[in-house]
Amino acid sequence: MAAPEGIRRGRAVWPIVLMVWFGALGDVLLARGARQAAGAGWRGGSAAAVVLAHWLTNRSLWLGVASLIVFFLCYLLALSRADYSYVTPASASSYVVVTLLGWMLLGEVVTRVRWLGVLVICAGVWLVTRTAACTTGGSRQ
Amino acid sequence: MTVLLLAVVIIGGTAGEVAVTRAMKAIGDVGRLSPRSLLTMLGRAFRVGWMWLGLGLLAAAFFSLLALLSRENVTFVVPVTALSYVVGAVMARWFLGERVDPMRWLGVLLVMLGVVLVWMG
Repeated sequence: MAAPEGIRRGRAVWPIVLMVWFGALGDVLLARGARQAAGAGWRGGSAAAVVLAHWLTNRSLWLGVASLIVFFLCYLLALSRADYSYVTPASASSYVVVTLLGWMLLGEVVTRVRWLGVLVICAGVWLVTRTAACTTGGSRQ
Repeated sequence: MTVLLLAVVIIGGTAGEVAVTRAMKAIGDVGRLSPRSLLTMLGRAFRVGWMWLGLGLLAAAFFSLLALLSRENVTFVVPVTALSYVVGAVMARWFLGERVDPMRWLGVLLVMLGVVLVWMG
């Protein structure tokens, strides 16, 4: 007898939640780091070594890469436990996270159409997470 | 050319993810989580052929997306790539034997619609 559905779902869901947050965090950090490094490189002259040093010593870039490594590990973990057709739509909740973070932390203007999209994604993710997380084979230990 | 690139991004990219899924299903759940078991998971995953096929397809999809973005508008490209959600559900049924019931189908369609709206807004 496989583990009860609630436990199996929990084991599949937390890697997806981490995936969504670390994916969004990684994108934001990489974008910020690239902007900082590019700006500093241009101000400091065009010597290749100087430019390279700015990229290699940028903390945001390294944190961004680290976040994306965590993202990738969680992705693999999620796929080892749940259906592909469960993980992919569920991880679209990253659009919701990115929109809310941009709105709350960066004061971005969010259009009505975009809010509608966020609501529709929430409804879709909710429906998908009502279905059984893993529908293939027996659960292997 | 645009259609070809879109096909590689949508179908190739989804096929790549499906191949990665196949690799992860082949090695199964790692059980108790620890840095060691995660490393074991990675070590096993990269010894499965499906993983390399998947990563190759994902790389092809990524470079096609870059090529596409240099030719077409982002506001056209990204909403169209939301079709991947539907293609993914179909491929998951065909190649992975997953059960996509009506509720999951409806959810997938809503997610696709929502992503299109987010990018249009």
